[in-house]
Amino acid sequence: MADDTAADERGPVTTLATPIRLDFDFTPGVAQSRFLRGLEQGKFMGQRCGVCGKVYVPSRGSCPTDGVPTIEDVELANVGTITTYCVVNVPFAGQSIEIPYICAQVLLDGANLSFMGLIQEVPTDQIRMGMRVEAVWVEPDQLTPSLASVKYFRPNGEPDADYETFKEYL
Amino acid sequence: MPESEALHASHHLEYPYSRSVGPVIGAFLTGLRDGKLFGVRGSGGSVIVPPTEYDPTTGEDTGELIEVGPAGVVESWAWVAEPLRKHPLQTPFAWALIRLDGADTAMLHAVDSGGPDALATGDRVTVRFRPAAERIGAMADIEAFVPEGGAA
Amino acid sequence: MSAATASAVRPVSVASFAQARNVRRDEEHNEVEMLMPVIAEVFGNIGITKDDVDFICSGSSDYLIGGPFSFVMALDAVGVWPPRSESHVEMDGAWALYEAWVLLQEGEIDAALVYSFGRSSLGDLNEILALQLDPYYMAPLWPDPVSLAALQARALIDAGKATEADFAAIASRSRRDALGNPNAQVAKDIPADTLLEEPYVVSPLRRHTLPPITDGAAAIVLAAGDKARQWSDKPVWITGFDHRIETHALGARDLTTSPSTARAAERAGVGDGPVHVAEIHVPYAHQEIIVKEALGLDDSVAVNPSGGPLAANPVMSAGLIRIGEAAARIASGEARRAVAHATSGPCLQQNLVCVLEGE
Repeated sequence: MADDTAADERGPVTTLATPIRLDFDFTPGVAQSRFLRGLEQGKFMGQRCGVCGKVYVPSRGSCPTDGVPTIEDVELANVGTITTYCVVNVPFAGQSIEIPYICAQVLLDGANLSFMGLIQEVPTDQIRMGMRVEAVWVEPDQLTPSLASVKYFRPNGEPDADYETFKEYL
Repeated sequence: MPESEALHASHHLEYPYSRSVGPVIGAFLTGLRDGKLFGVRGSGGSVIVPPTEYDPTTGEDTGELIEVGPAGVVESWAWVAEPLRKHPLQTPFAWALIRLDGADTAMLHAVDSGGPDALATGDRVTVRFRPAAERIGAMADIEAFVPEGGAA
Repeated sequence: MSAATASAVRPVSVASFAQARNVRRDEEHNEVEMLMPVIAEVFGNIGITKDDVDFICSGSSDYLIGGPFSFVMALDAVGVWPPRSESHVEMDGAWALYEAWVLLQEGEIDAALVYSFGRSSLGDLNEILALQLDPYYMAPLWPDPVSLAALQARALIDAGKATEADFAAIASRSRRDALGNPNAQVAKDIPADTLLEEPYVVSPLRRHTLPPITDGAAAIVLAAGDKARQWSDKPVWITGFDHRIETHALGARDLTTSPSTARAAERAGVGDGPVHVAEIHVPYAHQEIIVKEALGLDDSVAVNPSGGPLAANPVMSAGLIRIGEAAARIASGEARRAVAHATSGPCLQQNLVCVLEGE
């Protein structure tokens, strides 16, 4: 048996490192694929529910209210309204964007669902609910079926949207 | 990319986890680091290996630490001809439930027997620890079990 | 169920059952898209809508999709507005059914939707399922479920309770029976002798003793009181329901028996009457021998006429499907009394038993 007199000096074991890693080959499904393929073409694609008429972007293939398949594709505008936002100041592991930065919920014109986007070209102390923004895309030869095709959103200069127009989406 | 081709994305989940082990499991892991195997006294005088905080049958608190092994009996085994990437050995080996001398329950580990024909239920195997400098207080401190008497 | 409590059991019926076609890999649909037709069918079978159920409970595992709260997205397949009473278990849907049944027993609700889903094809099941093991002693060695099942099969052989030929016979029969199941993934007629020529995957298990990897989903509607009678002329009643678990310390268990199945069977009253059909959740062929013994079934019982998990094993749904398949045999008139079983954890650690009867 090996010489283990050195073990006594280290004290009892109190923790155990148990790192785990799992690998997945993810496929997004029909509706999300339509959204991703749309991004590859530089556009935002959503889907409309045949029962309530709402337009969801990105779509998961079902209306969350009615539970029916959303089969009508709708192309949405490149502009939208910020419904709410957050200025990120806290550093965390895996952070790829320099702090502070703004992430916001963007409600594209014509959509009934907002999604999260990075906001740039506006100082962090001037971001506001209701701000009108437009998407800035990567160069056409860099478009891919992923949200990386959208670099960020930036103010488009329009007057802020009235609270009444987005208060249902908070 | 053609529309008809399904989109794929590689996705990884990775968590660093560092678990507090408590005094019972900690005692076993400390033993491994020291090159020793321990069990714990359960209900009715049984010796449970690896140690649990509560007797698995009665639920009562377990008691004193008891040294067991370093050899024991194979209670069941299974031959892995093609080890998976995270298995404890990367050459063909046997999983085994090994009841160490002095224990009433079996523990799971790998047996480096050299081939499926060199192992059978009832065989005696003995622990092969990693060198002391490499032991940290984890199950991997045991490199594998080997047939007693060095049959491999 | 003891005689004293049997009379207190509120009759609950399995009013409807639907499952997705079980496939090796569904690359085209996401989980919501897989579920939607199943939910539509389970409601459509009896002409109801989501507004007719008082409670929704689902079974699934985030580890299969590799993301947290994946069951929340699945609710899109039902449509939960206005807000609904809903619950989820990170387990096979059979346990979600149990939770719904308990609420029905308490009389708070009269109908429930239960569903389960999972795409095993996205990740590596060998590594995913290793993470359900003891995190200090076992998981760090990453033993895959086939290896653990092999240890159990070896123990069974060493105890003189079975042979490899028995395993092959079970596999041959199950996959042959699956030819009559349009939802089965693996259905073929290969004699046991031929199967025994396959090499070992992990000895003593050969490929034919292992379950397929399956993407799938299933749903059941439970009903009590007036709704049970409204939704079916001949309801299929749950007359007993119980589940038990053993220690997670694998080496402290006798792997050749299933005391938790036996205890659950006793509490569910399996032995209170004849059993015509048993649908048992035994992903590995050798486990049929263990569970059949624990349930106290003899050779007169038709076991897994659907083909069982050897024909399709959608993780998180395979147990719920056993209950649905057993109910279907009663609804069709093929059987009057059936037992369904579900399992979870390595080597049959946790077991659920459901007794079903027609009128």
